[in-house]
Amino acid sequence: MASTETKAQPATAKADDPDRAGGTTAGDASADLAGLEAGLDALESTVVARQPWLRTIVAKSFPPLIAIAIVLALWQLAYHLELKPHYLLPSPIDVARSLQQKWFEGTLLGFVWTSVSRGALGFLASVAIGTLLGLIVAQVKVVRAAVGPILSGLQSLPSVAWVPAAIIWFGLSDATIYAVVLLGAVPSIANGLVAGVDQISPLYLRAGRTIGASGLAGVRHVLLPAALPGYIAGLKQGWAFSWRSLMAAELIVNAADLGTGLGQLLEQGRELQDMSWVLSAILLILIVGIGIELLIFAPIERRVLRSRGLLVKS
Amino acid sequence: MTTTTLTKQPATADPGTTRPYAARIDHVSKSFGRPGAQQQVLDDISIDVAPGEFVCLLGASGCGKSTLLNLVAGLDAPSAGAIETPGGRPALMFQEHALFPWLTAGRNIELALRMRGVPRAERRDEAERLLELVRLKGAYGKRVHELSGGMRQRVAMARALAQDSQLLLMDEPFAALDAITRDVLHDELTRIWSAANDDASGTGNLSVLFVTHNVREAVRLAQRVVLLSSRPGRIAREWQVDIPQPRRIEDAAVADLSVEITEQLRGEIRRHGQH
Repeated sequence: MASTETKAQPATAKADDPDRAGGTTAGDASADLAGLEAGLDALESTVVARQPWLRTIVAKSFPPLIAIAIVLALWQLAYHLELKPHYLLPSPIDVARSLQQKWFEGTLLGFVWTSVSRGALGFLASVAIGTLLGLIVAQVKVVRAAVGPILSGLQSLPSVAWVPAAIIWFGLSDATIYAVVLLGAVPSIANGLVAGVDQISPLYLRAGRTIGASGLAGVRHVLLPAALPGYIAGLKQGWAFSWRSLMAAELIVNAADLGTGLGQLLEQGRELQDMSWVLSAILLILIVGIGIELLIFAPIERRVLRSRGLLVKS
Repeated sequence: MTTTTLTKQPATADPGTTRPYAARIDHVSKSFGRPGAQQQVLDDISIDVAPGEFVCLLGASGCGKSTLLNLVAGLDAPSAGAIETPGGRPALMFQEHALFPWLTAGRNIELALRMRGVPRAERRDEAERLLELVRLKGAYGKRVHELSGGMRQRVAMARALAQDSQLLLMDEPFAALDAITRDVLHDELTRIWSAANDDASGTGNLSVLFVTHNVREAVRLAQRVVLLSSRPGRIAREWQVDIPQPRRIEDAAVADLSVEITEQLRGEIRRHGQH
């Protein structure tokens, strides 16, 4: 097996002769060494073939799909046995019909878009603020001592707690919604970056200084890329917090001129005591949250981790 | 070639001479800790490294050899004495490859070139040339984790050479490698160092200050071996190594000198058990 690998290496082509001759002149010795090195390299390099993406997707999505099918089956069974009256526990098909009805009314995508665009905008603002804040906290000792504990404490505060305060400040407006989203997401993004910076091996910083990457160049070329895995984890969590905070805000901040998001949709369903409506709104919120995580954050995270050899292949 | 370099050797005990040097460590001491509760790590060390010279710093644990290298690299400041490196910031190689995993092998080298101020248009070619120098042609696009331990250390060597410094500091760079790979990298380092000093028009003079606790390795590589005693680190003795290059680690002459140096090293270590 080793010999086939060696042949595949172009560098070994000229090494065959001196190997046999056992040359003693300087040129031969150099070629000898080159051949030896190429051989070692070939022996120690393992080529890991990447699985075709289609198979990966199928393999990854199969178990969750089974789990979902089981949950749906149990739900349907509960409906059949009428554990609760039908108006309290509609069947999965009722919920699907309710969704279908809204789809045909042409309003569904509008609701989703209202929430997603709010979430995205709030998230992007949180990224800008959280990144700056995180960098300062991570790099300035005094700030860290003062703000660090508060920042991690804020993470455990449910952002829905901010809603009444925000309503008093900003009334029933978009500003209230965004304030709640920011207060929810900024701490987790900042904390993610701080954790990312803390986890950097001091070796990289030393190596960076040795090659002359200090000051701003050091931040740009060493510190930030080294902190990227932790930062992305923070962004992921930041998105989750944004989305949660947004839903909490939309549920409570309900005004006609604000436009209907998924949270408001959910609240309307409650007002009408329409359980199918409520469940389909919950389902939509879940699907959007998971969808953005799967379609945006998971690929970025996998790419970063794989390129650094941090993704363990099973 | 080896012998001619040897005759250029400066008198190291007295760094007051006007001979050229790639590094001058002038009565350097280093202590750590707060005033009052200080621990002295280095005590009055003076070493001159001549241009093109290969010097090995040898010592047991706690002799402060890595500390000394950090001082020469400018990563830390001495408590007393002075360090001069006229050729600018020295290049430094560690036991760990310390390559950046978010960059390819080639990009790692290019970052060093960029920090040195090499224009963008020349970086790629220069990185390829350096990779070829360490015989890793074709590894430009490889990620660090795709390379074997020996290949990583060679990329790290190429990155250090990319700094185009006249002084290469090496802190036990091969200690974590297996014996076969280490042996090959000894040959490689000797070859690159010789070539740099042979070729007047090329890379120019390359001096190496190499830290190790491996006596054989020191004798295999160096023109001069400096033995440090431990706690605090002082120069215990030094040897000129007149065995012509290329040497092999199995050479009888290497073995003989290694036995002599090891005896001395053990003597230094024994002293610490007699309190």
